[in-house]
Amino acid sequence: MIARILPALALALGLGFTTPAPAQIGGPVTGIPTNPAPSGFSAEELELQKALQGGRIGGRISIPDAQAASLVQPAGRDWRAFHNVTLSWIGGIAVLGMLAIIGMFYATRGRIAIDSGRSGRTIQRFNLLERSAHWMTAGSFVVLALTGLNLTFGRWLILPIIGPDAFATITLWGKFAHNYLSFPFTLGIVLLFLLWVKDNIPNGRDVGWLKAAGGLFGHSHPPAGRFNAGQKMVFWITVIGGTLVAISGYVLIFPFWATDIAGQQLAHIVHGVISVLMIGAMLGHIYIGSVGMEGAFDAMGSGQVDLNWAKEHHSLWVEDEMKKARETIAPNAKVAGAD
Amino acid sequence: MARMKFLCDSDRCIECNACVTACKNEHEVPWGINRRRVVTINDGKAGERSISMACMHCTDAPCAAVCPTSCFYTTADAIVLHDKDTCIGCGYCFYACPFGAPQYPRVGNFGTRGKMDKCTYCAGGPQADNVAAEYTQYGANRIAEGKLPICAEMCSTKALLAGDGEMIATIYRERVQKRGYGAGAWGWRTAYKETLSV
Repeated sequence: MIARILPALALALGLGFTTPAPAQIGGPVTGIPTNPAPSGFSAEELELQKALQGGRIGGRISIPDAQAASLVQPAGRDWRAFHNVTLSWIGGIAVLGMLAIIGMFYATRGRIAIDSGRSGRTIQRFNLLERSAHWMTAGSFVVLALTGLNLTFGRWLILPIIGPDAFATITLWGKFAHNYLSFPFTLGIVLLFLLWVKDNIPNGRDVGWLKAAGGLFGHSHPPAGRFNAGQKMVFWITVIGGTLVAISGYVLIFPFWATDIAGQQLAHIVHGVISVLMIGAMLGHIYIGSVGMEGAFDAMGSGQVDLNWAKEHHSLWVEDEMKKARETIAPNAKVAGAD
Repeated sequence: MARMKFLCDSDRCIECNACVTACKNEHEVPWGINRRRVVTINDGKAGERSISMACMHCTDAPCAAVCPTSCFYTTADAIVLHDKDTCIGCGYCFYACPFGAPQYPRVGNFGTRGKMDKCTYCAGGPQADNVAAEYTQYGANRIAEGKLPICAEMCSTKALLAGDGEMIATIYRERVQKRGYGAGAWGWRTAYKETLSV
């Protein structure tokens, strides 16, 4: 027995060391074994070997379900570790860390005021279509985020408080909401991309804005166009992150239509990690767009922002808008004092 | 208390699929759901083996560890069961399960899974033993009647053994010693973190 196990163990360990951990997720489905089977091969050796390699023990099955042909899939162990440990840590740090940063920022900097006060005059920042697309995306995102966090953390945070029956009911409805709201969310991502991509191409001014940290510390107001570098980051996080989350999410909604179990596990990993990172980013976005800055919410509320707010935060955009307005209202008028 | 386990002697399994059929019949398992299945590895080659596989009722069960609603529980006999009333059909247990045991009826929109269904070791569910509601949701509760799982009980070659882990291991050891060979206990390393030394 020992004599049989040792060579197999050595082989398995060698393969185990040379196989990088991430490859275990997407390991090929192999009929076993890779070398010709000895007549009396052992289940234990095979299991150990496959567990170390991250491969699957699979074969032929007479029922019409390809998933059932897999006899033992050790990758489930890695997925469990991801779901229970890795994702909890990433999610916990992303959400609590961002809340802590926001709390500290609010405690030290407080609400960012309009330095020159409200002018009483407003300028249109976002039209009805832009605001509708934003709130459709934002509204569905909030529900998706809460129901998603519930799947990872609810068992530990909510279930002990409200009990298993009530928790199962809200989690089941949460699953339905999560599935259905994925559609308006995805549509919103597409709309936001089409509406705003032209103003979100990174350019040289963003470097200066980032060097000044956007004026978050101190009272400087680095010049910015329609969107400053921070908002561009939020835009690209939303578009790129949202796309990845949507694609991986649809793989999960339609299980095994497009991929096998390794693909499903990978889709969940992508979905989970990107989602919690996006939630962290959006907490910052929500803060600065509401209580964090005077006058900022009007942009997405009424769509009309105070002119002084616009001049301070989007000086170049205001200049452009003013120029356009002058050309529209009186194309031939000359600027005062130009004669 | 016993520690219930399954052991499939793949040197005896003849891939007749009677365990699969008996299981479906005993519990009136719906179309498309297979609590037990027979996988043939190395089909048509030297060393071909057929193994009957279902939920192995793992020690430190991965399904229970990842369930968002914590719907799994383990009986005094170490049988891993779940409560369909608190299952939401998320599919996580299937991703974590090494043996592909969890099954989902296709209900409703998209590919939405219904409440998970799996081998109960013929031990029913959380309701009182052998009430109609238990039968509808989980199938027969043979354990409550003092019987073993139907799949193992009617196995024609006695390849599939069910019962206390120590007892079925002893039976298997005796077999291997008598005939001089044995491929071992499939899934035991993964499910019970132990191997069956002969």
